[in-house]
Amino acid sequence: MRVGVVVFPGSNCDRDALHAARLAGAEAVPLWHETPDLRGAGLVILPGGFAYGDYLRAGVLARFSPIMAAVRDHAARGGLVLGICNGFQVLAEAGLVPGALLRNASLRFEHRWVRLSVERRDTPFTRAVPEGMLLRMPVAHGEGCYYLPDADLDRLEASGQVLFRYAAPEGNPNGSLHDIAGVLDAGGRVCGLMPHPERAAEALLGSDDGLLLLRSVVESTADGIPRVSAPR
Amino acid sequence: MSASEAPRVIPAAAVPLHRQLGVTDFELDEIRARLGRDPNDLELAMFSVMWSEHCSYKSSKVLLRTLPTAGPDVVAGPGENAGVVSIGDGLAVAFKLESHNHPSAVEPYQGAATGVGGILRDIFTMGARPIAVLDGLKFGDPAAPRTRHLVRGVVRGVGGYGNCVGVPTIGGELVFHPSYGGNPLVNVMAVGLLEERHLTRAVAPGPGNLAVLFGSATGRDGIGGASVLASATFGEDDPSKRPSVQVGDPFAEKLLIEASLELIQRGLVEGLQDLGAAGITCAVSETADRAGTGILVDLDAIPRREEGMAPFEVMISESQERMLAIVRPQRLDEVVEVCGRWGVPAAVIGRVTDDGLVTVVTGGVDDRGMPRPATEVLAAIPAAALTSDAIVYDRPAQHPTHRRLAPAPGAPESASDHLPVRGMDPGAVLRGLLGSPNLGSRAWVTTQYDATVGSDTVEASERAAGILRIKGTSKGLACATDAVAGVGAFDPYLGAALAVAECSRNVLVTGARPLGVTNCLNFGDPEKPEAFWQLSEAVRGVGDACRALGLPVTGGNVSLYNESPDGRIVPTAQIGVVGVLDDVERRVTPRFRQAGDIVVLLGEAVPGLAGSEYAALAGSAVEERLPSLDLAREAALQAMILAAARAGVLASAQDVGGGGLAVALAECAMWGGVGARLSLRVSAEPAVELFGESPSRIVVTVRPADLPRLAALAAEHGIPLEPLGEVGGDRLQIELVGGGAAGAAEERGANVADALDCALAALRHAWEQALPRALGDDEFTPPPGDG
Repeated sequence: MRVGVVVFPGSNCDRDALHAARLAGAEAVPLWHETPDLRGAGLVILPGGFAYGDYLRAGVLARFSPIMAAVRDHAARGGLVLGICNGFQVLAEAGLVPGALLRNASLRFEHRWVRLSVERRDTPFTRAVPEGMLLRMPVAHGEGCYYLPDADLDRLEASGQVLFRYAAPEGNPNGSLHDIAGVLDAGGRVCGLMPHPERAAEALLGSDDGLLLLRSVVESTADGIPRVSAPR
Repeated sequence: MSASEAPRVIPAAAVPLHRQLGVTDFELDEIRARLGRDPNDLELAMFSVMWSEHCSYKSSKVLLRTLPTAGPDVVAGPGENAGVVSIGDGLAVAFKLESHNHPSAVEPYQGAATGVGGILRDIFTMGARPIAVLDGLKFGDPAAPRTRHLVRGVVRGVGGYGNCVGVPTIGGELVFHPSYGGNPLVNVMAVGLLEERHLTRAVAPGPGNLAVLFGSATGRDGIGGASVLASATFGEDDPSKRPSVQVGDPFAEKLLIEASLELIQRGLVEGLQDLGAAGITCAVSETADRAGTGILVDLDAIPRREEGMAPFEVMISESQERMLAIVRPQRLDEVVEVCGRWGVPAAVIGRVTDDGLVTVVTGGVDDRGMPRPATEVLAAIPAAALTSDAIVYDRPAQHPTHRRLAPAPGAPESASDHLPVRGMDPGAVLRGLLGSPNLGSRAWVTTQYDATVGSDTVEASERAAGILRIKGTSKGLACATDAVAGVGAFDPYLGAALAVAECSRNVLVTGARPLGVTNCLNFGDPEKPEAFWQLSEAVRGVGDACRALGLPVTGGNVSLYNESPDGRIVPTAQIGVVGVLDDVERRVTPRFRQAGDIVVLLGEAVPGLAGSEYAALAGSAVEERLPSLDLAREAALQAMILAAARAGVLASAQDVGGGGLAVALAECAMWGGVGARLSLRVSAEPAVELFGESPSRIVVTVRPADLPRLAALAAEHGIPLEPLGEVGGDRLQIELVGGGAAGAAEERGANVADALDCALAALRHAWEQALPRALGDDEFTPPPGDG
């Protein structure tokens, strides 16, 4: 399984994502933003950072990057895409996942360790997560408050597209509606989340829970298991 | 040579130009002596920034020469952009502390942000990838609106820059002391990792090589920052200095880091220098002087971000995120290609020469980059005159007539009669200390800093060392920064020596071997003999402590003129230490681990509460006894703790620092989530044993079976050892025993407990609320779990 990590100018978790993907057993390659070639990657990660300096608004410029056309095609063909933190913001701006990430309710940058409940374990991103396990990993962002208008939010919940929620005791660090930390697209193949699973890939660094997400993807395709069902 | 005929660049005024630029009449004569003629206005502007205190170290050079700089691990010492020490296996660490005090006082967000940007450039200029930032912040009364404005802005600025470039902030300190009210201190330490073979120096070798400026274009921001801001005390006209503060762009810096490291790793540059204070003038003169060459600068080739800039503005602008590379002509295309890929503009702005001069020309150069007959020479200065041969002062130092601070109006004359431990529950004092702004949780700050980007952070802490692992090895890196301002206020020698001892102790208690010291010396106006005495005493203290502990000083920074209409800051020697752990899995942390572990105090208290947080809380500025520091004893303790850590004896270890033994024990308990039942022998004044900050003490825990090995190591090194009790429960209980306690019991009356007994939850509550409450932020939610 090959994992491609997009490097935008200003990405700063690209090396972390490559490192974690390798720990999960994948072959990991960087993908340069100017080259619309995914190099055969089965999973494309849009990493954290401040793509294009987050100028104008987080993620809004990166979606015009040449590689994003290839990412869009990849997603349209059912390829897997994982957007982490700034990568989630890019996916949301590009319309590849629903919702918007607003400034944190505290109006501050928040770096905290959080706990995530996993709402579904029948997705390519979560199938290796044990039942009932809460995932511990850090958040580090200034604009991570998940927002959708009420009606859309109800549809999102009904269709099972909410994948991760912030859980006690740390709770919701940014004011996200319904404590939403991560969502799926309608096809269940594109996932965006604000917390950083790639930084929680080794017990030495405080947690290796995040590795379960990458391992889910690597194992779901490596062992020939058929594509998991789309959200309800 | 038409240099002396260059047009005037600054309008004439009643005050002679050199004085407007901060150059004294005496210094003008010295400039004339070096040039053999009068400088023109552009040259004078270049001298004014290069001979500023900030760039020339003219007042401190004679002192800094006395510091020990050699050591077996030193790869690069003072004089380079950052010190570099080897950690073995071909790897090395670049690290340095630097101040951005005055810009932060004027514009806290940008001042702090560009402080981070500047020190990061010093690191990657050496060929190292920045892997950590630590901050040493000092402010005045946290209740003052101006302090709150500064704290918010500075913390946002440090975070805003570091978070965006993707370098984790893993430690530091935040200290409040009234003397910083008018002049806050923003010291930033950066740490980088490099392969030794990629070590790059800031030199301009090889006449004919090209000087390539890459990064942001040059604008009018930061004109005279070095001379106007950094090298004069603050007056009432501060807003007028705002144009002298640079504006940072961390996104541009991130691209600059990647481009610079790629240039270095591909062997495309002969030398690399970042542009900080004094801008292009500093970069070209320092690189040329270090290599014994000259540089001819084609002023017209320098990319500008605005029209109509005068030559002196271009030459001394401190626009951020710029680098100077010295490049062989045949590698230029590759250099431009690498910069282009990272979206970083690059321009050839000059050429290395063999004449030893910094020459600035306009009107075009020929294909070889040499002046044509019609080219006008605007400036021609020996590179050495701007740098290594700049003026040096041996300033007069004068011991102050009264060393001790006078009691504040209304303060008790004899503070010890009013110390609250008499007739008060010592637990209440402990909660008070943990709830004070200097000892409370730093989470209000650290939640604004990305501490985990880079996937190397093993421990991030503002009250102990931060620890990183080194990918691909078993090694770890422990980093800490400390100052001991409270004691420095009374005795600058002792304050500085204590800071070195405490900082290296903080690194050692993790099990890391300290490799080197960086320092940032924050002092007042060196032209005042008392302030210069403080500086010279502090340098003596740093030197003595480093020699005693076998630590080389690999670099640092001096920030003088830290005075405001409210007065001079207390002498503040900010110290930074990095150390290496051979096996990061075996690191030691302060957290109590397991019920039944034995709590042991290593070292012994000597009487003295002056300068302590306890004394500050008690409202006392008067105290006869300062803590004493026996450097031989400190060295023995440090050797012992390293041996104990390496032997795998320690379950936890914490330095006894601010707030004394009781606060150290409370931290170990709160962070470990488990209490302790202890008893402590005390004197007639239990505050000394509980809250005194006498140095050279460490609290450790060991498994009961390991106590004999610990005792043997202590005996071997001549370190007093006192088992205090054992870990367990959800309270911190310290029974006070001994003649002192018995004798004092009657005096204290029947209602007073002879014990300190606090629920951890109560301690944690006080600790968590300290900073938000002090800063008036009632919306902050402290993170649960350890801080």
